[in-house]
Amino acid sequence: MFREQMGNFKHYMPLLEQLVIKDIKLKYRRSFLGYLWSVLNPLMIMGIMMLIFSNMFRFDIDNYPVYLIIGQTIFNFVSESTNQAMWSITGNAALMKKTYVPKYIFTLSRITSGFINMLFALGAMLIVFLICRVRFTLNMLFIPAILLQVYVFALGLGLFLAQGTVFFRDIQYIYSAFQTAWMYATPIFYPIDQLPFKLMWLIKHFNPLYAYITQFRTIVLEGTFPDGRLILYGTCMSVAMLGIGSWAFMKTQDKFILYI
Amino acid sequence: MDERVAVSVEHAVVRFNMASERIDNLKEYFVKLMKRELMFKEFLALKDISFQVQKGEAWGIIGTNGSGKSTLLKLICGILKPYKGKVTINGSIAPLIELGAGFDGDLTARENIFLNGAVLGYDKHFMQAHFDEIVEFAELWDFLDMPIKNYSSGMAARLGFAIATVVRPDILICDEVLAVGDYAFQQKCEQRMNEMRDRGTTLLYVSHSIDSVRYVCDHALWLDHGIVKMAGDVIEVGDAYMEASR
Repeated sequence: MFREQMGNFKHYMPLLEQLVIKDIKLKYRRSFLGYLWSVLNPLMIMGIMMLIFSNMFRFDIDNYPVYLIIGQTIFNFVSESTNQAMWSITGNAALMKKTYVPKYIFTLSRITSGFINMLFALGAMLIVFLICRVRFTLNMLFIPAILLQVYVFALGLGLFLAQGTVFFRDIQYIYSAFQTAWMYATPIFYPIDQLPFKLMWLIKHFNPLYAYITQFRTIVLEGTFPDGRLILYGTCMSVAMLGIGSWAFMKTQDKFILYI
Repeated sequence: MDERVAVSVEHAVVRFNMASERIDNLKEYFVKLMKRELMFKEFLALKDISFQVQKGEAWGIIGTNGSGKSTLLKLICGILKPYKGKVTINGSIAPLIELGAGFDGDLTARENIFLNGAVLGYDKHFMQAHFDEIVEFAELWDFLDMPIKNYSSGMAARLGFAIATVVRPDILICDEVLAVGDYAFQQKCEQRMNEMRDRGTTLLYVSHSIDSVRYVCDHALWLDHGIVKMAGDVIEVGDAYMEASR
């Protein structure tokens, strides 16, 4: 069963590749600066957030631009890619009605193109690191492992949302409200220890994004290796999310065709 | 299963929910659930279909509108799952339920050739190798870098047929796709289907034109309201069908 699945996956690898290329190509087609926007956009948003948070609300954080752009990049990836993934099944209805392809390919391709977009945004991050004179250490070699945790987590969440949206279009509204709450419950622009203890406890235990962002920040801002427990927690959360997402997807995928 | 059998359909039933209204939001779902109105009116598009296609045979599927022809093809392609019964396939399938189903309007024809090839499971090296052959057959040299959304339906169909038939599948499935092309192109497509059949490709072909079915196929399956009315030699089934619809 598993080997058959893997064989099938290999057969459709070219499709995954083509779908990802398509997403990336179309994203910036007919824009003058093209791919450069993937770097410029995060920089501009970070600039604005920096203006707001160093003039209107002040937090006592060293190297605030670095702090900000790490949180912002990770959160944006999860938020944008899952929003795209949510429509991956309904949006490809025409194709699914006419030919057989494994349905998860569409969700996987959306998350993957979001991920590649984030890799471009790492360019923006690098610029900020250089300007703010971040010390480069060997610990930074662990960053890909953090990104992998986030990717797996986003994939699980994306699969869950994609299958749910087929049956209930309400999910888009619920999820958008949820995302607003999620943004404020993630320490993107504020330090977590400023929160009341109870809230801090909740975020540390139930918000996996906290784990990913904190691992990243520890490496870059403190130059040390992140806490092992945090890595374990982050990995468990992403594997669990992937488990839930793929279980729900597998369970309902044969019924998609009747609802799209 | 017998190695010589390409497609085997055993007692297949396909069921649709003919919900009088579509429930796709939570509020309605719960309201209906509470009122116990969440009953689905079921509709059997195919009722207990059984037939076998040997390798290398060409079957035409005929019947009036709504008799379940397209549903049967979708079942064989794996797009639909049988509610009951079993479908077994031996070999690779190229489905032509609708030409250019995998096309993205914003991409150019050149890019769409690779995308569509990938939908059928072929990588870019294979498509690169057959690129000229596809464009040659579709006769679209002058429009390669134009977005597909500016194509006429006939042009898109030509490209779709060219891509799907270049891949040399074991089983080719065609659903009334030729209706959009002009006469010359229809001839060309029938000719290519004949060539493929001669080279051993198994063919399943749905068409309203009984002449076209007779030209391409050697067997025929007559569907009527989801059941097999008659199956066998194309001449006999074709004659009986023409007799009945007169």
